[in-house]
Amino acid sequence: MTRSTQSRWGLRFLGLGYIAVLLIAPLILLFYKTFEDGLAAPFEAITSADGLHALKLTLLTVAIAVPLNTIFGVLCSLLLVRHKWKGNWLIDAAINLPFAISPIVIGLSLFLLYGKQGWLEPGLAEAGIKILFSTPGIILACIFVSVPFVVRETVPVLQEIGTEQEQAAETLGANAWQTFWRVTLPAIRWGVAYGVVLTTARVLGEFGAVSVVSGNISGETQTLPLFVEKNYENFNLPGAFGAAVLLALLALVVLMAMNLLKRKEAA
Amino acid sequence: MGISVEGANKCFGDFQALDDVSIEVPDGSLTALLGPSGSGKSTLLRAIAGLETLDTGRVLIDGEDVSKKPTQKREVGFVFQHYAAFKHMTVYENVGFGLKIRKWKKGEVRARVDELLNLVQLPGLADRYPSQLSGGQRQRMALARALAVQPQVLLLDEPFGALDAKVRKDLRAWLRNLHEEMNVTTIFVTHDQEEAMDVAGQLVVMNQGRVEQSGSAADLYDEPANEFVMSFVGEVNRLGDDFVRPHDIEIVGDRDDSTAEAMVRRIVALGFEIRVELVLGDGTEVWAQLTRGELQRLELREGQIAYLRPVHAQSFNGSAPSDAPGASTPQGSPDGGDAEMTAAA
Repeated sequence: MTRSTQSRWGLRFLGLGYIAVLLIAPLILLFYKTFEDGLAAPFEAITSADGLHALKLTLLTVAIAVPLNTIFGVLCSLLLVRHKWKGNWLIDAAINLPFAISPIVIGLSLFLLYGKQGWLEPGLAEAGIKILFSTPGIILACIFVSVPFVVRETVPVLQEIGTEQEQAAETLGANAWQTFWRVTLPAIRWGVAYGVVLTTARVLGEFGAVSVVSGNISGETQTLPLFVEKNYENFNLPGAFGAAVLLALLALVVLMAMNLLKRKEAA
Repeated sequence: MGISVEGANKCFGDFQALDDVSIEVPDGSLTALLGPSGSGKSTLLRAIAGLETLDTGRVLIDGEDVSKKPTQKREVGFVFQHYAAFKHMTVYENVGFGLKIRKWKKGEVRARVDELLNLVQLPGLADRYPSQLSGGQRQRMALARALAVQPQVLLLDEPFGALDAKVRKDLRAWLRNLHEEMNVTTIFVTHDQEEAMDVAGQLVVMNQGRVEQSGSAADLYDEPANEFVMSFVGEVNRLGDDFVRPHDIEIVGDRDDSTAEAMVRRIVALGFEIRVELVLGDGTEVWAQLTRGELQRLELREGQIAYLRPVHAQSFNGSAPSDAPGASTPQGSPDGGDAEMTAAA
């Protein structure tokens, strides 16, 4: 073995070892623990009324938050890259806020905005709209924490493709709308798709911000991550592990769907 | 459709890209915008297409003021230096793009695209993606795409700039033939004077956002309006206030009143052409272009003294070219160029 192949194997071993110990091992243990005493207990926990409700609420949140953040993310990327003006740095910095701020702080700030004595509370109460301790609050929290992903994945792709293809479409008679749908969007679709996957994974798993604004009421405002936590606290370990595995599987399905699409594209 | 631009001005921040530019492009012509980078030629082309808006001035296509018209309504075909191929579409979809936008029926699109792919010599490549084509093929696809919608005018922005030398030469001849066949008014931008002279019937030389001169290749070469044009469209030696092309420097065996003495520093054989580098008495460096036959006849060697005679010198001190055609006789040019050289020698 030459020295360079030695160091290459060393690097590989280090990289794989790091991933194995820190990422794979805990997940395998989770699966092992869940099914250690058979399938019945975890299955029962998930299919309980509260478990099913938590699953439904989580999927509903994904169904609303992800499309909204996708549309906003693409528009925002176009604004940042294609319509340069002096205030762009501010938007750019603001987009990163959810990365920088702890989710629990985000939850608290939403509390201050929509809660009792919050800025928007009087108007909302009058209109009979309940944000906190209900589904809208959960969705708002999830939107907040997952705003950056689509933007961060789309902006570099937009910059890379440049404006020539769009200008070519213009000279060929396409209006702005046709240019976007037929040229820009297909060119950035993999960036957007990555953003969507990351957004979905984040919304599925969001805990901190949601736990503050939702009130964590079983069967009402409990998402899957909150369901896991509650079962864990109540020493219902099969229930906690079962829901945790379900959550992990949902995320894995999203990632794998992405990889399959990617491979199909490359072929 | 003729194109005219009247009094065009365009600034990018502090940089004046176009400075009161007016040009006239006759219907059916093939015109080159020639100039160094930063001369404003691409900006002018893009302004004609509507991809840049002018600060002041007008663009007229076929007599109609299109300055306020958006690009998509100007009916111009535009070809970009880096092809601007739609990477996610096949060659067929690329070429048919403009037709689909115009809501042509499928069968009509197919017929037209097939016709164009034959025209640009890419038949059978309809189902390829741009990434599977060579640079030259991509640019021909881009040209087919621009031509598909039957534009009033065709605008090419350094169309061969990204291609290697051999492909460039082939495409030049091909573009000339294509223009003869299609007869669409065409403007193409280039910084390569040889390419411009080879392809275009009319040239517009630009520098620092202004038009320096326009005319045929022969006009520009023989009657350059100023020093810039003279040195941009061909090789030039500077002798005091005079400019002489290397092939207009005669080397003779004997001295007389019209010659200047110089030392032969280096003789470079470039095939048929011989490049003789000389140094005058005052240190001015010049080079003369000879044929092999002339070199053999003169029996020149490096290090020897030779006698030069400029046969077609020009000066641009605010006056017309100082030398009239036909004055290239051994008796020399009528202006002070010779005296200057003699004094220098």
